[in-house]
Amino acid sequence: MASFNVHVTIENKPGISDPEGETILNDLVLRDIHKTVSKIKTAKMLKFTIKEKDKKTAQSKVQKICDEVRIYNPMVSKITIDVFDA
Amino acid sequence: MKVGVVVFPGSNCDRDMFHVLTDVFHLDAQYYWHDKELPKNIDAVILPGGFSYGDRLRAGVIAAHSPIIKDVQKMAEKGIPILGVCNGFQILVESGLLPGVLLKNDSLNFMCEWTDLIVENNTTPFTNQFKLNDKIPIPIANGEGKYYADDDTLKKLKKKNQIVFRYGDVVNGSSNRIAGVCNEDGNVVGMMPHPERAVESEINPIDNKPSSLIFESLLVKMGIKN
Repeated sequence: MASFNVHVTIENKPGISDPEGETILNDLVLRDIHKTVSKIKTAKMLKFTIKEKDKKTAQSKVQKICDEVRIYNPMVSKITIDVFDA
Repeated sequence: MKVGVVVFPGSNCDRDMFHVLTDVFHLDAQYYWHDKELPKNIDAVILPGGFSYGDRLRAGVIAAHSPIIKDVQKMAEKGIPILGVCNGFQILVESGLLPGVLLKNDSLNFMCEWTDLIVENNTTPFTNQFKLNDKIPIPIANGEGKYYADDDTLKKLKKKNQIVFRYGDVVNGSSNRIAGVCNEDGNVVGMMPHPERAVESEINPIDNKPSSLIFESLLVKMGIKN
């Protein structure tokens, strides 16, 4: 068994409004001189540390946990899972 | 008639609800802590407002995994009236007892103000004393109160008459101005505004009678009042 850090990023699905990201873009970033930025999306990240036999198992186990206990609400959110050696 | 008021860590409208049930409507109400069981002989269940688990992760999602929710689900299947107010509504949605989801208000602000509700379904245990399109002056107090459902869910809600309340005006960006919904059977109702803060004239500067009808509807449903 090896230890892995698994990062779960939760963000709104396309089409679901993200007023916080829009405010950061329009009222903070674009107010300054950074005119090349076209979009900012907010997200929440959970960092798991998990012991599993390999990266693939660590990823599928965390995905299963996220689905089972509704870490994200699939009607409005999606998750991205990234696995790193601990 | 026995009404259960479910209390989670972080509930803060439970005492207001208990006061209204017992002192205003003279019902036999009991608090039930979230990790206990609900007794079998209970006649109605109310999930009050508050900030269960400090709204961590997402409002209502952690409380939706509390042991008592399994009993609430069983009672919902039996047709027992269940009302979720504000955080209680969020918990019912996160536990799958009601459709849709509650997102951060468009303003990103915690909104605490009086709104007007419009009654869209007067057949539930909490709305049977209203006429359709009756107006209810009632306060909201939430940060995550914007009701959202995808297009298919919205169509189904409309078809099955599951939209119980709408806001009179655009308040927080809710889909179709929805403020409250019910399950397909109509016995489980969730609403963001706070009827327990609006049924007494001392604290309602507009009109306390419409909000009172939410509780009087329950009394009629239970056969306590004609």
